[in-house]
Amino acid sequence: MREIPFEDIVEAVREMAIVSNSILPPEMYDALKKAYEEEESPVGKEVLSQILRNDEIAREEMMPICQDTGIAVLFVEVGEEVRVKGGSLKEALTEGVRRGYIEGYLRKSVVKDPLRRVNTGDNTPAIIHFDIVPGDRLKIRFAPKGGGSENMSVARLVAPADGREGIIDFVVDTVDKAGGNPCPPIVIGVGIGGNFEMSAIIAKKALLRKIGERHPDPYYAEMEEEILRRVNELGIGPMGLGGRITALDVHIETYPCHIASLPVAVNIQCHANRHVEKEL
Amino acid sequence: MSDYKRIKTPLTDEVVLDLRVGDRVLITGYLYTARDSAHKRLFELIEKGEPLPIDIKGQIIYYVGPAPAKPGHVIGSAGPTTSYRMDKYTPKLHELGLKGTIGKGQRGPEVREALKKYKAVYFVAVGGAGALLARSIKSVEPVAYEDLGPESIKRLYVEEFPVIVANDAHGGDIFEEEKKKYRIAK
Ligand code: SF4
Repeated sequence: MREIPFEDIVEAVREMAIVSNSILPPEMYDALKKAYEEEESPVGKEVLSQILRNDEIAREEMMPICQDTGIAVLFVEVGEEVRVKGGSLKEALTEGVRRGYIEGYLRKSVVKDPLRRVNTGDNTPAIIHFDIVPGDRLKIRFAPKGGGSENMSVARLVAPADGREGIIDFVVDTVDKAGGNPCPPIVIGVGIGGNFEMSAIIAKKALLRKIGERHPDPYYAEMEEEILRRVNELGIGPMGLGGRITALDVHIETYPCHIASLPVAVNIQCHANRHVEKEL
Repeated sequence: MSDYKRIKTPLTDEVVLDLRVGDRVLITGYLYTARDSAHKRLFELIEKGEPLPIDIKGQIIYYVGPAPAKPGHVIGSAGPTTSYRMDKYTPKLHELGLKGTIGKGQRGPEVREALKKYKAVYFVAVGGAGALLARSIKSVEPVAYEDLGPESIKRLYVEEFPVIVANDAHGGDIFEEEKKKYRIAK
């Protein structure tokens, strides 16, 4: 058994909360730069230039890219031979989120009860997805998610007969309806298969993939490209103010499913596409 | 693309009527912040016929819930939140003299009608550009509902705060007009 001290995990998560919110992944920044060069709409270009400038200021000053520093979403792979010394893993992750949001001057955007809506004051609890894997490592992926783009996400159980085309139409239609609300240019995570809850989880997981990285299966890689092309024909453009660039990329994740179902989930990610990972 | 238009708050009818969809505008003066919960409270006061904690005549409301200020800063990141959630309250506020709102995303038909009727304007600021926009905010004063934390009403003094006219007082709508120009899909 390999032991990892409780405090090491707290510190790692604290830092990830602050860094992910202030520094955009470099490939995302590059994709926005390319979008700026390619955008034909003058208003769209203006928006993209402000987004780029904003990302630079945030990085230089280590301040949040966006004031909505999100609810913290963590994907955690726990090696079977790992043990936390001095506390529980879940507590350590939660404490890291708490310290990161308080000490990093990040906005606290979590309410304790979905209907009575009183702020918890420290942005906890986080949404944590655990996975048990072989080995003695602990891998944490941290992705804060804002409300604007999360609110435009949709899950649906389509008929298996709707197939590939039905799914593409559903994704394109979801993006069309979202318009400027999710702060385009967006990245689209599509979860296909599994069941009701699994489709949504893999759609979110798909967003952690690097911009420009295609699905390893050529069948789905081609589908990603087709969706991207069709979404960029919608004319929504940066911030919905019209233009050629509505999405920067589409990532599909799949999972086997029941003979009678075809679950599909579309998770929309805004241009503040923040995520970091760390292995302990 | 045309240059920036520079305007000062409070806004007059004349200034509002000169603004057109797509104009890039730099605002100098005071803005009031309010989002979901603050709107709900303002509306309850209006329904009861009680006075509001702010005089909204000629003013602009900015839909924002800023991040906390780091030491040495007046405010943290402060970009716009999605506007449609306030649609239900906006026409009434325009009726009472509010001249403008700043947010992101499309407005509903009831708001677009109210803009024409009461000569007001809807601006968008770039969503997710909170660090950039914070640079134009020079001072922050609490005004009401401090218990709401990031959702409280604050008075911001801004200099050359960059926005784009999304819906003008003449019925123009940037979302529909511009999307058409670039739409290839049916
Ligand atoms: S959708 Fe994203 S960029 Fe836009 S306000 Fe929300 S978190 Fe920020």
